[in-house]
Amino acid sequence: MRSSRGAVAVLAAMTLALTACSGDAEPEAAEPEGEEQASEAPAEFPEGSTMAELSAAGSITVGTKFDQPLFGLVGPNGVPEGFDVEIAKLIAEKLGIPEDGIEWKETVSQNREAFIETGEVDIVVATYTINDDRKERISFAGPYYEAGQSILTLKSNEDIQGPDDLAGTKVCTVSGSTPEKNLLENFPDAEVVPFGTYSECLEPLANGQVDAVSTDNVILAGFAANDEALEVRGEPFTEEPYGIGLAKDDEEFRMWINDALEEMFEDGSWTEAWESTAGSVLPTPEPPAVDRY
Amino acid sequence: MHVIGENLPAYLEGFSVTLRLTLLSAGLALVAGLVLAALRVSPFRPLRAFAAFYVELLRNTPLTLVFFAMVFVAPRFGIVTPLGFWTAVICLSVYTAAFVCEAVRSGINSVGVGQSEAARAIGLTFGQTLGEVVLPQAVRSVVPPLINVFIALAKNTSVAAGFAVVELMGVGRRLGTANAAEGLWVLVGIALFYLAITIPAGLIAGAVERKVAFSR
Repeated sequence: MRSSRGAVAVLAAMTLALTACSGDAEPEAAEPEGEEQASEAPAEFPEGSTMAELSAAGSITVGTKFDQPLFGLVGPNGVPEGFDVEIAKLIAEKLGIPEDGIEWKETVSQNREAFIETGEVDIVVATYTINDDRKERISFAGPYYEAGQSILTLKSNEDIQGPDDLAGTKVCTVSGSTPEKNLLENFPDAEVVPFGTYSECLEPLANGQVDAVSTDNVILAGFAANDEALEVRGEPFTEEPYGIGLAKDDEEFRMWINDALEEMFEDGSWTEAWESTAGSVLPTPEPPAVDRY
Repeated sequence: MHVIGENLPAYLEGFSVTLRLTLLSAGLALVAGLVLAALRVSPFRPLRAFAAFYVELLRNTPLTLVFFAMVFVAPRFGIVTPLGFWTAVICLSVYTAAFVCEAVRSGINSVGVGQSEAARAIGLTFGQTLGEVVLPQAVRSVVPPLINVFIALAKNTSVAAGFAVVELMGVGRRLGTANAAEGLWVLVGIALFYLAITIPAGLIAGAVERKVAFSR
């Protein structure tokens, strides 16, 4: 039973990948095809499980960021786009839910736990770092991506290829932030230049008053996506595993999403999703190992 | 509570930056403020207008905006200053000079008109009148308001924490991140070190005031 479901899911994912590729050519033709595919998927879920409920309802509410470039960003057309959004679509696909059955809800960093606890959203895919404090209130599937602190510099800068080249350079970050703490601890030879916000670091970077900017690579990638002259360099030097938030102790659902993620890692749909979104600025990483705590 | 003692070296480092920011900016602002005050009472109209414009502009602009203009706007016009300490000194002195000017001007105005008229009558020039007759009397009455201006300056240096200067406030933010559970005590420590500048300043003001006070 499981293998046939898996095969259909793979097929569905491939269809999505294909439509994603030819997306700009004929987006309208692609959509009905996706729906058809979804409705054909036999929803073979255990009786009473969250998957069965969502699948039968044919709709899912997904919390994501609306203001995070490359991960979850709502454009002028009102539809969120990005890597988190693609991951959520792939999960919905595997539940047999068509794309127009997904209701997007904006979640910001402060309300993600609350939205899951009150049932306002079914899952949260929103650059959501897995940590023990949060596990007290909700459960995490995944991780589906390992973010981390990285380095942004000018494309024209040849001297800084990664974190190891920071000694003797001026690195801009936010005063009193965790990235500032990481810099001071890991790179004592770099001069930390603290400002009030990360975007304030961009002007001094362009003027050559600082050599690099350092914080989570996801934030840096957003800056690089908006400015041709900037580039994210090297591998992240901290670990921020991004997970999918769901109701606490819904073990069945959590394990099912973990399975679904692993299928995505294997069949290449995860890589497709990455390359069509955040991959335009960030290097394509290896899929992380799912943590089935 | 222990967090203050354990991080005393970090506090002292921040304190020394804050103290140097305060003293250097106070010195520069005092010189610039005296010049501006002289311009404001000068007999040449364009100079008066320039000084009045400067004072109104700087006195009515939030200090953060002055920093913003210097750090983010000036480079667009080709003025790229070295980030950090000296940029902060420039911003703080330029801003504080407007307040020094106003304090000194109020002192000048408090000197009776008869004084400068008498000075002119015996043939002193404008410069001599101001320097030998009016300012020596004016300075006595402006010591308390000037000390107020400098106490405000000492606290204003904290704005520099958001603009690439790691002074007392910047150190405090770092300590706050490293000792999240004792955030309150970190702040208490910062407050104590600011008091270490402002309270002596107040005491000095009192002593100077008693020394130079005179009865008319």
